[in-house]
This record gives sequence, C-alpha cells and structure tokens, in this order.
Amino acid sequence: MGPGGIASSGADVISTFESELKKVKVDALIEEGCSLHKVGCFGLCSKDVLVDLEINGNKTTYQYVKPNMVQRIVQEHIINNKPILEWTTDEDYQNFYKKQVKVVLSDCGKVDYDSIDSYISISGYRATEKVLKTMSPEEVIEDIKKSGLRGRGGAGFPTGIKWEACRKVESQQKYIICNADEGDPGAFMDRAVIEGNPHAVIEGMIIGAYAIGADKGYVYIRAEYPLAVERLTLAINQARKKGFLGKNISDTGFSFDIKIKLGAGAFVCGEETALIVSIEGQRGMPRAKPPFPVYKGLWGKPTIINNVETLANIPYIIRNGAQWYSSYGTEKSKGTKVFALTGKIKNTGLIEVPMGITLREIIYDIGGGIEGGKAFKAVQTGGPSGGCIPVDMLDLNVDYESLAKAGSIVGSGGMIVLDEDDCMVNVAKYFLQFTQSESCGKCVPCRIGTKRLLEILDRITKGLGKVDDIEILEKLSSDVKATSLCGLGQTAPNPVISTLKYFRDEYETHIKDKKCPAKVCKDLLTYFIMEATCTGCVACMRACPAGAITGEKKKPHVINQEICIKCGACFDVCKFKAVEKE
Amino acid sequence: MINLTIDGKKITVLDSTSVLDAARQNDISIPTLCHHPKLTPFGGCRLCIVEVKGIPRPVTSCTTPVSEGMEVTTTSPYLEDLRKTVLELILSDHPNDCMVCEKAGDCTLQELAYFYGINPPIPPLEKGGRGGIFAGERRVYTKRDGNPFIERAMEKCILCGRCVKVCDEVMGVGAIDFTYRGFKSKICPPYERDLDCVFCGQCVAVCPTGALTGKMWTLKGRQKEIKEVDTICPYCGVGCSITLHVRRNEVIRVSSKDDTINEGWLCVKGRFGYNFINHRDRLTRPLIRIAPKNTKEAQKIRSSEDKTISNSQPLNFSTSHVFREASWDEALDYIAEKLKTIKEKHGPDAIAGLSSARCTNEENYIFQKFMRASIGTNNIDHCARF
Ligand SMILES: Cc1cc2nc3c(=O)[nH]c(=O)nc-3n(C[C@H](O)[C@H](O)[C@H](O)COP(=O)(O)O)c2cc1C
Ligand code: SF4
Ligand code: SF4
Ligand code: SF4
Ligand code: SF4
Ligand code: FES
Repeated sequence: MGPGGIASSGADVISTFESELKKVKVDALIEEGCSLHKVGCFGLCSKDVLVDLEINGNKTTYQYVKPNMVQRIVQEHIINNKPILEWTTDEDYQNFYKKQVKVVLSDCGKVDYDSIDSYISISGYRATEKVLKTMSPEEVIEDIKKSGLRGRGGAGFPTGIKWEACRKVESQQKYIICNADEGDPGAFMDRAVIEGNPHAVIEGMIIGAYAIGADKGYVYIRAEYPLAVERLTLAINQARKKGFLGKNISDTGFSFDIKIKLGAGAFVCGEETALIVSIEGQRGMPRAKPPFPVYKGLWGKPTIINNVETLANIPYIIRNGAQWYSSYGTEKSKGTKVFALTGKIKNTGLIEVPMGITLREIIYDIGGGIEGGKAFKAVQTGGPSGGCIPVDMLDLNVDYESLAKAGSIVGSGGMIVLDEDDCMVNVAKYFLQFTQSESCGKCVPCRIGTKRLLEILDRITKGLGKVDDIEILEKLSSDVKATSLCGLGQTAPNPVISTLKYFRDEYETHIKDKKCPAKVCKDLLTYFIMEATCTGCVACMRACPAGAITGEKKKPHVINQEICIKCGACFDVCKFKAVEKE
Repeated sequence: MINLTIDGKKITVLDSTSVLDAARQNDISIPTLCHHPKLTPFGGCRLCIVEVKGIPRPVTSCTTPVSEGMEVTTTSPYLEDLRKTVLELILSDHPNDCMVCEKAGDCTLQELAYFYGINPPIPPLEKGGRGGIFAGERRVYTKRDGNPFIERAMEKCILCGRCVKVCDEVMGVGAIDFTYRGFKSKICPPYERDLDCVFCGQCVAVCPTGALTGKMWTLKGRQKEIKEVDTICPYCGVGCSITLHVRRNEVIRVSSKDDTINEGWLCVKGRFGYNFINHRDRLTRPLIRIAPKNTKEAQKIRSSEDKTISNSQPLNFSTSHVFREASWDEALDYIAEKLKTIKEKHGPDAIAGLSSARCTNEENYIFQKFMRASIGTNNIDHCARF
C-alpha cells in the first residue's frame, strides 16, 4: 500500500479482511501457507484498492475494493472458490502490465515492506552476501559498468563510472548518500520504491558503499514522506538486527551504517551540492562544480550520491548479472525506467518499462489512451525541467538521447499526458511557477530571469502579451539556460522553449487574437448564451455568483460581459448546452 | 605549476588558482560582482563567465580552477551579450536612484551598467522598476533597522552574498544569511529581526552596491571634494591602518585599504567611532583641577565657573571638581613638582603608571622608561596587557 492506496481506505480493507477471515476461522490455516500480506504500491493508482487473491497458484486481482466488498469476496471466493467476476480487474489492468518490464518494482506489491524476512524469502540480501563474500570492490564496479546502469535521478550519469572515480580517490573517510528528496511535482517512484521495498534501497547502499569504500551512508529524504520515512527507519533497524548493517557485516570485516536525514521540502535540495550542505546543516544552495562530490562531498570527503531508483536496481543487477540487465534498453540507455504516468490518461500510475519503448506504446498500450475520447495533444516528460513532446512525435523512443534531442529529458520520470483541453502556454506557466518559486536565489539568471519569464507568460495568458514577447521569451530562455549555476536554472526554461518550438501558434493566438485556443485562460474567454438553444430555464441565472445573467423565464437569457467574472458556473450548470465559451 | 592559455596568451600559474585569478594576475580583466578576493568564491552573479574549450556551456571563472592545457576565452560577442543580459536582469529589479544613492561613484553595479551601456529606462515604468525589455516587478522593502551604524537598503541588494560570507568567514559572527526562496530571496538577520551584532561594518565594506552603507556618513559627501588621509586607528594596540575621508576639514567617514596590515578589516570602534574628533567634550588643552578646601570655597569657585573653564562648552564633571585651563609648560611643571614631592615623602613605589593602547609604541616605551629610570619604580602597567 502506498499513500494512494491508503487514501482509498486500503488499511480498512486489510483490517476488514482480517476480521472477516477470523470470523470464518481461516486463521487456523495460516500455518499451512495461507496468509494476509500488506504490500507496497502496485502501480495502477487509478484502480486502488487492488487486492490479489492467490489460491493454489491461481491469482485473481480485484479492483476498486472497498471495505464493504470484503465480506462477499471472502464468502464467495475464498470459501466457495467462486471468483466474483464483475469485481475483478478488466482488460485495462491486463494491458497496463503487458508491456511493462519490472526490475526495480518487481518486488513492490509482492514483498511485505514491514518484514525483512519477507524480503529475504525472495532472495533479499543475497546480492549483499555475494558481493561482500565473493567479490572485490573492483569486480562490483565492473559489473555495474557492464550493466550500463545510468543514474535515475535526472542526469543519467553512468553509475559504474561514478563509483569507479570515487573508489580511486584516496581518503580515510568516504560517504554514500541516497537521494530521496524527490521534489519534482508529479514524480513518486522513489517514494513507491521506499514504501514498497525499502530493503532493496538499503542493499543498493551497502553494495555501493563496499564498492567505493565508504563506511557511512545517509538517506536524504523529504519530511513530506512520513510513511516512507517510517518504513525505511523500520527496515534499517531490522537490517541492523540481522547484521546487514553495522560493524563487521556477515563476518566479512566490512562495516557500514546508514543515517536518515530529513529534508525540509526544498526542490533545490535534490541537487547534489545543495543536498550535501543541507546535510551539513546549512541552507541548501548549490555550489559550482568542480570540485565534484566524488572528490569533495559531504564534510569535504569523497561522496557518492545516487538516486533511490538507481540504488534499488543494484541488488537485482548483482543477482541476475550485468548481461541480464543490459539486455533491456537501447544501445546507450540500458535497463528499465520507472515513469509516473499522470494527466489526461485512462490508467494513471507508476509504470516500469524498458528504455527505448515508444511514447505511443506507453500512452496507448499501457496508459489505455486519452480519457473521454479526447484528442491527444502532447506529453510533458521530465517534470519542471523537461519539455513537451507533440503528437507527431509519438513514435519517439523513450531514452536519454532521444528525449534530449526532442527538447525534453527523461529526468526523474514524470510523464504528464495533455489533451486538446490543455493550453500549452498555461502548461509552461505552471511549471515555471514551480521552478521560479523554488529557485534558491543564489544566481541572477535563475532568481530574476525565471521571474521575468513567468511574468511574460502570465501577461500572455491574460491577453496582455506584446508582439515582441515571443522574441524576449526565446532570448531570455536561452540566456537563463546558458548562465545559471545549477541544473534548476539551466533547465527551468525548458517547458517554455519546447512549447514555443512545437506550439508557437498557440502563443501567437494568445498574443495577437487575444484568444486561448484550448479555452483555458480565463481572461481570454467569453461566455455567451446561444439564443436558439436556450430554453430559459433560469438555471444559469441562479448559478451565476456575479449576477451577470438576466432574462425572463422561458425566454433566452443573456450574459452581461461587463459583470461576468468568467467562473464557468453557467457553462457547467446548463443542461441544454446553450452556454458556450470562446 | 599549471600552463594554460587565456585569450590566446600563454600563462603559467600556481596549482589550484582560479581562472579568474590567473587572468587578473596577467592583466586580463573579467567583470565580477559577487567575487571578493578574500572570501571563498560564490558563483552567484554569473558575470565572470568565460568559455573553456571542450566545455559546452560557459563557466564562472571565479569558481573554476585552472587545469593543464586549458584554453580560456574571456570575451566574445556571445559572452558579452550574456553578461549584458545578467546586468539587465539585475537592474530590472533595482531602484533607479543612483543620483541620491550613497554609493554612487563607488558602486560596482553602477560602473558595470555604465560600461555595458545598459539601456536607460524607458517609460512607462512598472511598479517603480526601470522599464526596458525585462521590465517587471521589483522588490520593495521598508527599512526598519534601529541600529545607529548600518543602513540596510535591501532593495538595492543584488544577493552577491559577500556580506554573509564576510560575517561568517572573517568575523565568525554569522549575524545574517539568505532567507526565503526565488525572487523573494533576501539577506537578513534571523526571523527578519533588526540587525543585532558586533557592528564591525565589515559587511558594509564589502558590499558592492549601496545596499549596505554607514548611517553616520549618509549625506555627508560621496566622491567629490574628499581628501583621503591614511593613518593608524587610535583605539587599540593592534594599530589597524585606516583612511580618513575628509571633506571641508571634517572627517566624514573611515575606511581601510585592502593592502594594509589589517587587510582592510576593522572593528566597530575603528570604523564607526570617529565622531570624537569633532566632539565638544574632547579635551584640546591641559586642565588643572582646582580642589576646593571646604564647601564654602567650592561654592565660590562654582559661581565663577565661567571664568575658570575656558572650553567653549561647560564640562560635564562632578560639580565638586572644577578645572582651569593651563599651558603645557605649567601643566607639566605641576606634575613634575607633585611627583617629586610624593617620591621624596613616600618613596618611588608609592607611584604607579598606567599607559594607554591609544599611544604609539614609542610613547609607551618612553613612558615605561620614565617610570623605571626617572621615578625608579616597576609599577608600570598598560590597558592592553591582557
Ligand atoms: C534542481 C535539482 C533537483 C534535483 N532533485 C533530485 C531529486 O529529487 N532526486 C534525485 O535523485 N536527484 C535529484 N537531482 C539530481 C541530483 O543532483 C543527482 O544528479 C542525482 O541524485 C545523482 O544520482 P544518480 O546518478 O543516481 O541519478 C536534482 C537535480 C537538480 C539540479
Ligand atoms: S540556478 Fe537557481 S537554484 Fe541553481 S544555484 Fe542558481 S539560483 Fe540557485
Ligand atoms: S547601489 Fe549602485 S547602482 Fe544602485 S542606486 Fe546605488 S549607485 Fe546606483
Ligand atoms: S556588522 Fe559585522 S557582525 Fe554585523 S552583520 Fe556586518 S559583518 Fe556581521
Ligand atoms: S547587502 Fe550588499 S554585500 Fe550583501 S548580498 Fe546584498 S549586495 Fe551583496
Ligand atoms: S564573480 Fe564569478 S559569479 Fe560572480
């Protein structure tokens, strides 16, 4: 159960199952292999709560389970062995998983996040033992290099090469940090991994620490993830008790322990140099590199920072071999990547796909297409640092190189699907609002430049755009990108640049015609009532909070444009579709 | 040693020199705003960007260490254009009032705006901004510090971080830091309280703009008709070098130059404690105390106060002590006479001497010599003998 599952009363579903099962005395069977597991997020959020029932190897999955449905499931399915077909998952569910390849998420939803034994029972900590007992640090690094694993935190730097550089630095003290700050709006894979399978992250850290020669690790995790913090804390304690953390792990002479550090919710603290000073107790502001953290990191010592997903991949790579991992993906982008699929799409949730899959496969095969039969317009990838990819590029391969070429990024793996009802200027404005307010304020182009970009976008959406605004946007965007200190400022203009590249006409319509083609920008809309269709039912008149609508019963009503505040209440309330917006 | 080329010039510098320092050591100038040679590099203003062969984006020369074989370009139409954008951005969020700014004429920002030919403001100006292509909202703050020394006009602050670093790295005080995020970022004391620190004014000294200035020198004169007089701070035995800014025979400000023994750093007394120079209470001639024999006489003396005290303003001493003005000869004779009497009557050890840190070394030397050789006692001490 992730937070989505919990919000959909997953905990209640579990406790109801417990009590229902007790009622029918199934608890007597527990020793014979029947048990109730609470597991981490499955991925398909839009169908929460999902319940898997496995009887003699036959798995049935129920969707949208509510506590009041539990009794019937227990009665009919568990006792009488008759699955309730109308409640089981539909085709969507099957399709959602068909094209996915699960590596990092392979045990999320299977393993009990609260139990180290559950993790060990599915080969957990076997990679750790293999590494500590049979491999030299150099061999581990070689394996990771061969796997082709690249950092999943955004930049996609080859993990093995980073480790190797750190291994080679001579130092008494080194650190490994797990970056669980996950500040991108729309990304929640790191959280899902920690909440669903925290031990995989711990294993990744132990192996990384061994490879580079670190004896201390930190997990920098945002305080807004209390559930993840709780599960991770528990997992670390369990690992310590079992001797996977602490002094002389498994009698190999290798010692390593992990501390959790809470972040205070600043997006920029996900940037590695800012993260380091934040752990040191200072305000999280990035600094220029070089020196890279690999040489001078936490407390001035060589430090490796890896993303949660990167680290969680490690035990699987060690266990199954580098070759197995690199058999997925493309030439330069190996393996799988988790994406957070959201927006105007049927199946929202977390998906894990091999690198190189096309956007079309993700959106139509896995995502089930656009909701409500609307037309697909664009997909925004990579969160606030990313860009929008238009419909004619749907066959683009999803990997680091291809996305970058298209003006976007893989980033942390956010994927927001936009349809015909989305205004691209507004989308750019939304992301810029975020980056602008999250700028650390250190450097001029990011602090003031993004503010100016935002102001220009704002006036365009308000119908106050000037003819040379597009030109200024382009110039300022490229200058901010070129001169900002850290990744935040360097990528903040991406949403503007990519929407300008693919949807320039929308900008022009806003500026020249003072119209919003997607009918989103409030200030550019006019609501009016079609005389021919209006039945004079007075519904809109009652609904209008501004009193802008007048008219007699059974006669067409009129909106007074000067009073209208463009809230859209009339549009929503009219049953005869007589209210139109333009 | 590292060999590199900057603008085609082959140069050799010490390891771990920054590109900026390497350029400056070789008379190649690169504009900077946030860099201060005595503080750790910050990399915030982005003006010092240069191009390095093999690196796709411009890098800040203040933070980039030199490396063997590096090829650096410090100026190109592209770089200058980026620098101009950065300056335009800073000025788009800056009050437009150099004409009444304390810092004008000595302001790095003003100087750079001039050299880069930043476009003059074009009306209409939005919310008091400068107009121009990046016209937009400007930060507006109200001044509220009650302290007598430092004026903080944070609207003029460009967030170069120099004040924060000097306070932390040089003073070890840490009275101020960055707060808030994004456009609203601001330097201030904790919880935006009034500044409450040791008031060394180091932050004022390093601020490249008019954001931090001395309250005492407000409206006393900027660059015109100022005579700079180098001298030594009279306050303590450290003997910092100071420079008096004198306008029309009045000391209107004290500063200190970088290339001095104290590297330009001062304390609150040296920097702000100069108004004793023209203070009405300052003693300018010797005074001899008239000790009254009884109350009656005291009253008598007091009633004739005006005649006996020649300082233009009455002294604020206790009324039982009254002074009269004397010549140096009379005063010194008087002291010699008294010392001699005491020594004869009670011996030399009845006398003790206490010397001052505000005297020069030579004066202190002579004083102890006088106490030991002439008076004949070792009872000699000094206020700075910690
Ligand atoms: C503004 C900004 C925010 C970032 N936020 C995160 C984050 O939340 N999580 C993360 O893993 N990496 C984040 N990164 C990337 C990290 O700086 C770093 O590259 C990454 O943690 C390295 O791990 P990897 O090599 O495993 O990807 C961010 C970078 C920037 C510039
Ligand atoms: S680019 Fe933005 S977030 Fe990064 S250092 Fe500069 S101001 Fe801070
Ligand atoms: S700080 Fe400098 S640029 Fe700003 S008003 Fe004062 S003199 Fe002008
Ligand atoms: S006056 Fe000195 S102590 Fe006070 S803020 Fe400035 S540098 Fe810090
Ligand atoms: S007050 Fe002055 S020194 Fe401090 S950050 Fe602002 S401009 Fe820089
Ligand atoms: S001087 Fe280098 S960034 Fe300001």
